[in-house]
Order: sequence, then structure tokens, then C-alpha cells
Amino acid sequence: MKARDQFKWVSLGLLTTWLVLFVLFPNLMVVAVSFLTSDVKEMIRPEFSLDSYAKLIDPLYAKVLLHSIYLAGVTTIICLLVGYPAAWLISTCSKRVQGLLLFLIVVPFWTNSLIRTYAMKVILGNRGIINKGLMELGIIDSPIRMMYTETAVIIALVYILLPFMILPLFSAIEKMPNTYLEAARDLGSTKLNTFRTVVWPLTLPGVISGCLLVFLPALGMFYIADLLGGAGNLLIGNIIRDQILVARNWPFGAALSVSLIAIMGLLMWAYHRANTSVKEAKA
Amino acid sequence: MIGRIGKWGFISLLFIYLYLPIVVLVVNSFNSTKSGIRWGEFTTKWYSAMWNNSGLMDAAMNSLLVATVAATAATVIGTLAAVALHRYRFRGKGALNGMLFVVMASPDIVMAVSLLALFVTIGVQLGFWSLLIAHITFCLPFVVVSVYSRLSGFDPFLIEAARDLGASQWRTFIKIIVPMAFPAVAAGWLLSFTLSLDDVIISSFVTGPSFEILPLKVFSMVKVGVKPSVNALAAVMLLLSLIMVAISQFLLKQKPSA
Repeated sequence: MKARDQFKWVSLGLLTTWLVLFVLFPNLMVVAVSFLTSDVKEMIRPEFSLDSYAKLIDPLYAKVLLHSIYLAGVTTIICLLVGYPAAWLISTCSKRVQGLLLFLIVVPFWTNSLIRTYAMKVILGNRGIINKGLMELGIIDSPIRMMYTETAVIIALVYILLPFMILPLFSAIEKMPNTYLEAARDLGSTKLNTFRTVVWPLTLPGVISGCLLVFLPALGMFYIADLLGGAGNLLIGNIIRDQILVARNWPFGAALSVSLIAIMGLLMWAYHRANTSVKEAKA
Repeated sequence: MIGRIGKWGFISLLFIYLYLPIVVLVVNSFNSTKSGIRWGEFTTKWYSAMWNNSGLMDAAMNSLLVATVAATAATVIGTLAAVALHRYRFRGKGALNGMLFVVMASPDIVMAVSLLALFVTIGVQLGFWSLLIAHITFCLPFVVVSVYSRLSGFDPFLIEAARDLGASQWRTFIKIIVPMAFPAVAAGWLLSFTLSLDDVIISSFVTGPSFEILPLKVFSMVKVGVKPSVNALAAVMLLLSLIMVAISQFLLKQKPSA
């Protein structure tokens, strides 16, 4: 090894070793485990089986999984519906104001999400600030039950994950050349039409990466369901945790994890496709 | 006119949603009534209750220890990696970048399951070391991205000049690259530190009963019910995060000086 190359080999070697040991290899193990048989005593038996995947579509679990996907899906849609106009409006501000607003968006993203979930509990409780306020105003007589409902989980998920939607959307909108909008306007396109045919396709990579960053974590954030959801509103994360840490059913927990990896792969593929088509459109 | 009102109305509502829970929490941490709904009087007793809770303080020290070591290790490896990825072309570069991207995008729970599987298989005792490895792993890509994007704004002639004057790669790295990229390196460290302090999902998989850390302690406390000393702790942690994000944003805004 030449002395000149030492730096290159050490730095790249460290990174590669770390990623192979602690990312690639463990993930391959999880995939492998998901195809094995669960065993009460030994946790896993080295015997090929598709039982864990069959369990995914077993009505007993399928219902819970679908409900979890529904909760994460609704969260993603709300984040997109709120985040898109938010990112757009921020992009229309002066650079100074933009910096301030983005800073204010980033702060919650950095602050402890567990603590913010717990704060949500204080807001949504039967004697929480919303019920208290509505009762004081005479709008309602008895508190609305929000805790341990679907709504509470969705409100908290949106609350925690919204910055992850706004930031990629903002950078996608920022990157869009102004000339495209001017051209569309000069050619007499209506606003709605411009949005549909110019703005939306150009910002699609931002939309997809925002959805990726909201939808997948939303499925996994078991502490939100624990604190606000109750037994009827479990997320896939709760089931994975319980299967692995409590029931010790490794193959099934692994299969659930693999299905999340599969969804991630799908979204990444969509992101790649959208990105390529944007580059082609700009060229 | 209506457009302006609509715009600022929307933005205001958004920020009320993002900040109201935090504000209520901080206000309550100074509220003498335990229920936290009715305002009693101003008090700091929850802060002293928190301070005197030795279990909580031990967990906090453990968390700070893990976060400091993990952030430092991730910053060293991540900075070296970012420089190498920026400077060299080599086979497998795409794969490395891809893996970093996957680590960033993959949900915490997936990484939690895979790392626990690894530790159980190779027989690592769950506790400090397993937590440390996990935390370095999820911080690493953030450091690489932060430093890499800073390097892209560099004048490449400076590095060539250093080489022409006979500096070795290591010397160039330490004397030229690190000082120039310092704001991004520091921001990467701060982000890693914060991510490590905040993580619930991965930590709950890869730590054992002998090594308790703050987020998990808080989790077990708030699961039972609302405790005022948690409000105090939450307020302290929020303040800490706020300082971290303010410093890092300031650092990242600095223009490259050379």
C-alpha cells in the first residue's frame, strides 16, 4: 500500500466495514430469519418455512396491520395536504423570513419526539386544554373523548412527522425554476392547469421523499400508539416490538420488518423514477 | 389582501399546532397544581423533585455518556468518509452512497430489529456497547451528508496547493479540510448528539436492564400517567435541543472562510 493511498483506504475502509457489519449483514440476517420456523425454546429453528408470511395475511393479524397502514396512510395524506401549501407559502416569503420560518420548522424536528408525544397527551386529555377550553366557552357540556382513539394517534403522528414532509417539499419547490411558471402563464395556462401539468410533476420527487419520510416512520412509532392509541389502534411497530421482545417470535417479527423494507424499496424506486423523469424534463 | 391574510393565517395556525403542546408543557413545569390544567402558582418544586430523583439522574448521565461517545465516533468516521467520498472515484461508490441513504430513510424499527438480531447472534451483552454501536450507526449518515455538502462548496485548488507543497493526505485532512469544514463537522456532531439523546425505538431494543437511559426512563414514567417532574425534565430537554439546533443552524449558515 502506497503511503499516498493510506488515507483513502483507511477512511473508506472504516465506513465500508461499519456499514457492512452493522447495516448490510444484520438486515440480511433478518431476511433469512423471516423464512425460518419459530420455536418456543430456541426462538428459531433452522427449518425453511413461509409460516410467518402466511401469518401476515391471517385475518387475526391482517386486520391490525391494515388498520396500522390506514393510520399511517391518513397521516401521510394530511401531512401532504398541510405540508404542500405550507412549503409553497414559505417559498414565497423573502429570504430573511424564509430562514426564520424554516428554523421554526426545524426546531420541533430536533426536539425529543417522545416528550412532544407526551405533551400531546396533556392537550388531548379529557381534562386537557382543548376540552377545558371548549367547555369554558360553553360549546360542549361534557369532555369529548379524544385520548385512546384513532384521532389522537393521527393528530400526534401528524404533529411529530409534519416537518419531515415540509422540508423535502420546500427544497423541491425551491429548485423549480421560475421561468417554467412564467412560461406557463405567458402561454395562457390557468393556475390549476399549471399546477397539474408543470408544478406537480416537477415537485414529485419532493412529494415522494416526503411521503417516504412520513409513512414509514409512522408505521413504526410504537410509543405514540402506547401513549395515545390504546389497544384498538396499534401500529406495526407495536406488533414488531411485542413479537420480538415479548412473544419471542423472531421469524414473524422479522417478516413484519421485511415487509417494511419492501414498502421502503417500493417508495425508493418511485422516487428514483420521479427524479429521472424530472431531470429528463429539465434537459 | 385576502391572499396575504390567508397566507399568514395558515402559517400562524401551523405554528400554533407545532408549538402549543410544547408551550403548555413548559408552562406546566412551573405550575404548582399537580393536575396541570388549573394554574396554581409559580413554583420550581418539580425541578428540585427531578434533580433529587436519583434514578432519573443516573439515566440522564448514562444518556449523556452514550450520546457524547456516539456523536464523537460518528463524527470522526463520518467526516473521514465524507472527504473520501468527495475526493475519490472508485468502484462501489454508488453502493456506499446507497447504503447511507437506506440507513437514513429506513424506519427506526427496522434497524432496531436487525441490530438486536446481530447482537443476540454474536452474543454481545445488551447495554452500553450495544447502544453505542446502534447510535453510531444511525448518526453516521447525517454526519456524512452534512460534511459532504459543505465540501462541495470548496475551492479544490487549496487542496491541490497543499499537495504540491508536499503535505501528505493526512496532513491536508487535518490542517486544511477539517478547519474549513469545521462548521459542518460541528453541526454533524450536534445533530448526532441530539439524535442519540432522543432515540426511543432503537434504544428500547438494544439496551438491557442494567443500563437505563433517559428516553426509556421517561417512557416508562409517562406510560403510567402524567408526572409533574417529567414536565420539568421535558422543559430542560427542550431547552437543550433548542440550544443545539440554534448553534448548528448558525454554524451551517457560516460562509466558507477561505
